[in-house]
Formats: sequence, C-alpha cells, structure tokens
Amino acid sequence: MTSIEVVRPGALTTIQDLGRPGFAHIAVPRSGAADPPSLRLANALTGNEPGAAALEITLAGPALRFDGAALIALTGAPAPASIDGRPVAFGEPVAVGAGEVLDVGQASAGVRTYIAVGGGIDVEPVLASRATDTLTGLGPAPLRRGDVLALGRPADGADRPGGGAVRDTDLAAAGVRPTDSGAFARPLLRILAGPRADLFAPSALAALTLEPFAVSPTSNRVGVRLTGPRLERRDTGELPSEGLVHGAIQVPTSGEPILMLADHPTTGGYPVIAVVVESDHGLAGQLRPGTAVRFALVQRW
Amino acid sequence: MRPHRGSPHSDAGRPAGRSPGGAVRPCGERALLVEIDGHGAVHRLAALTREHLGACAEEIVPGHRTVLVVGREQMPDAGRLGALAERAAAEAGAADGEPTGALVEIEVRYDGADIGEVASLTGLSAEEVVRRHSAATYLVAFLGFAPGFAYLVGGDPLLAVPRREEPRSRVPAGSVAIAGPYSAVYPTASPGGWRLLGTTDRVLFNPASGRPALLTAGARVRFTELR
Repeated sequence: MTSIEVVRPGALTTIQDLGRPGFAHIAVPRSGAADPPSLRLANALTGNEPGAAALEITLAGPALRFDGAALIALTGAPAPASIDGRPVAFGEPVAVGAGEVLDVGQASAGVRTYIAVGGGIDVEPVLASRATDTLTGLGPAPLRRGDVLALGRPADGADRPGGGAVRDTDLAAAGVRPTDSGAFARPLLRILAGPRADLFAPSALAALTLEPFAVSPTSNRVGVRLTGPRLERRDTGELPSEGLVHGAIQVPTSGEPILMLADHPTTGGYPVIAVVVESDHGLAGQLRPGTAVRFALVQRW
Repeated sequence: MRPHRGSPHSDAGRPAGRSPGGAVRPCGERALLVEIDGHGAVHRLAALTREHLGACAEEIVPGHRTVLVVGREQMPDAGRLGALAERAAAEAGAADGEPTGALVEIEVRYDGADIGEVASLTGLSAEEVVRRHSAATYLVAFLGFAPGFAYLVGGDPLLAVPRREEPRSRVPAGSVAIAGPYSAVYPTASPGGWRLLGTTDRVLFNPASGRPALLTAGARVRFTELR
C-alpha cells in the first residue's frame, strides 16, 4: 500500500476528517476540519468519501514524498505547490508519481489548505475519528519530519486524473459548496442572534455588526480572537457553564469576542451573543490574522 | 438561507419556547439551549431527550443549569423540548432531589500539594479537610474543560475555597482537586488552577474503551482515603 513520508512538516500540519461528533457530553470536542467544505471538496476531487482523513495545512505547507503513485487535490487557502518542480493546479485532481515530492508553500490568502489523497490518510481512529484535536491532544499528533503516513485503498477508477472525472454537478450532488476563496481578503460572516444576546446592552449587537473586527494573531483551531469595538454586557453576573456550538461568538469579560472553531471546548462560562451560520463556517476557518472581518445579522426563518 | 417567514421583527434574544427553568434558546441553526433549574432536572431532561429525540440529536450536553441539544440535520423541536423539560422538572421534584445515579468509589491518596493551604483558608486542620472531603457523596453535575473532566457538586460547604490566583502550568493526571463549590479529578495532565488535595490511580478517561468516561452526568461519587 502506498505511503507518504514527511520531508518537511510545515508550520502546523494536522490530519483532519469531519471530526468526532456525539461525545460533547463527556467533554470531547468535535474537532475535524476547520474549513469543512474545503475538506469535502478535496475528498470529492480524489474520489474519497466526504469524511475521509486528509491533511490540513496552516499558513506554511509541508514537503511530502510519495512512495507510490497517488491522486491528490489541493483546496482551501490558495498556496503555490509543485511536484518535483512542476507547478500543481489548485482545486483539481493531480497525479503524483512514485518517489515524487509534493512541496506546498505559503498560503497567499486564508489560513488552511487541504491536501486530500486518493484512499485517504489511514491512521488509527480515536473515538471513530482520525482528526487531530489541538485542544485536548486526542487523535494523531501534528506531522513531524520523518513521519510515514499510510494511505487507504483508493476508490475504483479514482487513481488517475479523469479516471473519476469530477464535474461541478457531481460536487453539488455530493453536497459540496466550496468555500469562496475570493472572500478570504474581505470576509463577511452571517450571524444569528443568541442564545445570550439578552445579557448584552442593546448597543452590543449593533456594535458587532457596524464595525469590522481585526483577527488576532493568537487565533487557532480552537477559536478566532477578535479585537474591535467593546461589546458591553447589560448584566455582568457570572454565567454557569453551558454547552457551546461551532460558530458561537463568545464574549469574555474583556469584551473582545472569540469565534469558536472546530476544536472549541464543549462548555463555556461566558455568554454567546450570536452564532455564525453553518454555510459560513468554512470562511470562519480561513480568517487570517490581520484581516478585518465583518458580521451581518440575519433573521431566523 | 431560506427566505424568512414568520415574525418580521428582530429576533435578538427571542426565545424559541418556554421551559420550567426559563427559556428554550436557539443557538445558530440547529441547536437549542434549554434552561432548567436543578442538577436532577438537568440530568432527567438529558435522559428524556436521549430517549425521545436521540435519533435526531447529534449532541445532548448537560450544563450547570442547561441542556444543549444539537440536531443532526435540523433544529430540534422547541415545543417538544419544552414539554420534556416540564416533565423532567416534575419528575426531579417528585424524587425529592435525592440523586440515584450509579455510585463510583474513587480511592485517593490525600497527599496533595495544597492541603496545607486549604486548611489555613478554611481554618480546619489538614486531617479535618481530608475527613470532610471523603465524607461527602458527590453528584456529577456535568462534564467540561477536558475529556472525562467531571464537575462534582454536593461537597462540604466549608471546603469551598477560591481557585489559586496563579494556575499551575501542569497538574498531573489523577489529581483530586477542589475549587468553589466543585470537586474534580484531572483525567489527563493539563494546566489547572484548582487546589490539589490528592491523587488517584483510577483512569478517568480512556478513549479506547466502550465507555470512555468513568464519570458521566448524574453519577454519584465517593472518595475513600487510601493510607
């Protein structure tokens, strides 16, 4: 079976799938890809199941030597990539030959690039998922130089480009709505108010939506820290711990919000003023430190 | 987004329904946070939700006085959850608040680094701190912070001490600790600000097991002193 050797791990490269739902009541975060639509797209392009394990790159990419032929696809944050010096097309299935090295550079926009490989990355699942959870350490460790990753068996006919030709209609049928990389530089996230909007001053929701917030460099897979207008609480009493969801915008006493991403803790004691709609979670996972993000309040239907 | 129907007014903070402890609050597009008073009622509501809505729920997460229900594909039914909350509150009230969950005994070596500090904060002797900590029967209120980390309530009120001002960068796995109204056992090594009373060899979290967490919400716990 084909495997991949890590020649250079990149800044933070982890194995991700669609996470381990169903364990939040024992304080196990869901984890999984921070930009789920980009993972689904990469998997669809390589003939994999939507939740197959792939690599998630953070800003600076790895160099990977393939010991056998494989089909790969790069999605998410656009980054220059080459195979033994030949440039690699982004968002398309690409063949890698035995012994060749895939080298991925710095993302030019967004944060996270995905590399899916036909057959998926085959590491031992933990609680039914191969995702690296950076909050709790569950799942495989981030990639290190010299690691060898086994691959699963590719789907029939998906071992060469065009073998399992992927059309936009196939992607739509597979429920893949790719994250729009054109929005990475000027992200706008749609939010629904609540569950604790009533603990804030009436001006707080307006402040959240009127002015842009800056993405802090301390952001990670757990959450995106935002700096901007202070969101005033109406009631500063303590809130007993309660369950959190992906996309929740939690406001600690400092008044500076944290947007919860894939590795968010299962419970929290600060109020959640609003939640980012699910179709914008991919974009939320691509918020790059230094960019300005805007929020737009949408009505519940 | 599908077109909006129903009220044209802003829904900021508008509850999706009522529950005995307050409101049923929407969290995004497919989760509801149900407020309900009392740990017994929280646990009963979680159990009823598993029983009646389990097939369409991706997560059912007890909190201190809430249950978060995340739908698998769509928003859970706020009306049904409100009705289950009514029933949970009534049943928990009828049970006189006496916890009846499975009892887990945890053997503890009371050799923690903060016993002296807890003694001076409470005005008790070190022996009395240990006696009181191991005399109570605790209830697992909910889990959070780290996989398998259970917030235990029902401890001796005299042992309610604030957390350390400077958290430790590393608390070893198996540390038995207290803070405010809570006791807990750290399942894995992690940073932590709670006061350390002792250590146990019990495994609190094992992801390879069919029951990964030793303690789940609603279980009862006793600490027994290992000399």
